[in-house]
Amino acid sequence: MPGPGAPSGDAPARRPLGAARPDYVGKVVKWVLFACASVSVAATAAIVASLVPATVRFLSQIPIGEFVTGTLWAPGFANPSFGVWPIVVGSLMVVVMSLSVALPVGLLSAIYLSEYAPARVRKIIKPTLEVLEGIPTVAIGLFAFLFLRPLAETLLPFLPWQGPFSVGVASLAVGLLIVPLIASVSDDAMRAVPRSMREAAYALGSSKLKVTLRIVLPAAISGIVAAIVLGASRAVGETMVVLLAAGAGNPQLSFDPTKGVQTITAYIAGTATGDISTGTLTYDTIFAVGAMLFLATFTLNMIAVRFVRRYREVYE
Amino acid sequence: MTFRALLYLGLSFALVGLASIVVWALIAGGARLDWNLLTGVPSTIDPNQAGYRPALLGTLYVIGGVIVLILPLGVGAAVYMEEYADSTKWWNRLIDVNIQNLAGVPSIVFGILGLAFIVRGPLGLGFVAAAGSLTLALLVLPTIILSAREAIRAVPSSVRDASLALGATQWQTIRHQVLPAARPGILTGLILSVARAVGEAAPLLLVGATVFVTFDPRLFSGGYSTLPVMIFQYASRPQADFRLLAAAGVIVMLALVLAMNAVAVWLRNRYEEQLSQ
Repeated sequence: MPGPGAPSGDAPARRPLGAARPDYVGKVVKWVLFACASVSVAATAAIVASLVPATVRFLSQIPIGEFVTGTLWAPGFANPSFGVWPIVVGSLMVVVMSLSVALPVGLLSAIYLSEYAPARVRKIIKPTLEVLEGIPTVAIGLFAFLFLRPLAETLLPFLPWQGPFSVGVASLAVGLLIVPLIASVSDDAMRAVPRSMREAAYALGSSKLKVTLRIVLPAAISGIVAAIVLGASRAVGETMVVLLAAGAGNPQLSFDPTKGVQTITAYIAGTATGDISTGTLTYDTIFAVGAMLFLATFTLNMIAVRFVRRYREVYE
Repeated sequence: MTFRALLYLGLSFALVGLASIVVWALIAGGARLDWNLLTGVPSTIDPNQAGYRPALLGTLYVIGGVIVLILPLGVGAAVYMEEYADSTKWWNRLIDVNIQNLAGVPSIVFGILGLAFIVRGPLGLGFVAAAGSLTLALLVLPTIILSAREAIRAVPSSVRDASLALGATQWQTIRHQVLPAARPGILTGLILSVARAVGEAAPLLLVGATVFVTFDPRLFSGGYSTLPVMIFQYASRPQADFRLLAAAGVIVMLALVLAMNAVAVWLRNRYEEQLSQ
């Protein structure tokens, strides 16, 4: 292949010496690749485009005041009611309870992996956690429903257990599900703290515990916040575990962890699986609460991205 | 010393908790581990003979579609973002932020997208396996883009400089030098994405994978089901035999998904070692 400006056989030299050869293939390729990258933007646009019309249709029939302040959620009933609080509270309970499991466990695991574990142990445990991170949520939900829930009743017989569902047990399972996420994001953040900071503290006579708690943790705080926010986002959006173990039946405004609740995701999955026809009000509620869910997780993810960027910028 | 004990406690809770899911599945479903589990058709009457054949085939169809869609799209997007995109331009930053955000969108929202956009609406495919493929492909697209970007970024710039210095164009450099060097990393991302898609049930509940299919599925017509959806269906029945069947299905699914994840993680660790040498 002749290089830039090389004489091209018998053809009259039209391009001056030193001028670059026009790279048409390169231009086409660039546009094709740009199109590939744009697919993700198109996907987001399609999500918004599928949520907005039905949500608007829903809100034109149900006053927004009833939707955001009502405390009775019964869309499919003969006398329907559209107060969204019960399923919002259900989702929030799952977030709070699952984070109260996953946060200490994930953070302690991350501290061990990044500060205490010998290289050889780390080399085994980190991939193991990553492999376990891939456990499908149906499996975790089934484990919670068929094993953890009866176990909880055996271990804590004095609690008022009723029925096969429990939001507490479901949250424990969701917590287990987000531990690897919290552990790996926090571990990354703590490992991004430069060694010199630790060594400076050691040189001043600090113990390992002090270095970890007073130097590494505060320095990695933005990454840890990102891990918490990502965990919360994951817990809000989790479907199969809450559908199986917390129940999708009875949306009640309850704070009792032994009872079943309905979450936003469980409502969507439960309703869409049943027989609903397009254009009905029930069909539109899926999109209205879906839009709420999308906005909530979108906001959380934006916050998390910002925090991750912050720790990356500080040390690089 | 007490702090160290606390650390061990946290880590062992995580490892034991997650490992006990695998152990539980083996104990709870072990009694139904037979060939019929893989080759039998679903039944609402006889759980002792019922199996996952149509669901397994459905999974293969859906996943085949996912691979065909995400491999070119994901790698193409990753190459664009790493090799061509000028990150000072707003549209490239938009794509970048958008991919990160899309990675965190709940899977059920992709189900809504699939229902409104792919099953009905503009594409109007109906409740067929191809709709499931398309929905899951969009769901795991960010995963493969992000890992392919890591792999491409890890290729040393000296490789590019050497190729460009010999007169190759940018695209020739990417095709003949960068992509082959990044291949193990891209493969890792592909396996991880596919493993995620194999285990995903929530979005498929909305795009039609809930039918009790007793025949072998096809891509563009008729009902379909996949392994995790079928497990969910069996688990929702009150009889104990169906729960046994569901737990046995979990063993099959875990074997499939965890093996894929293990290969991906092993591949990545090996590849990282090679690059750092």
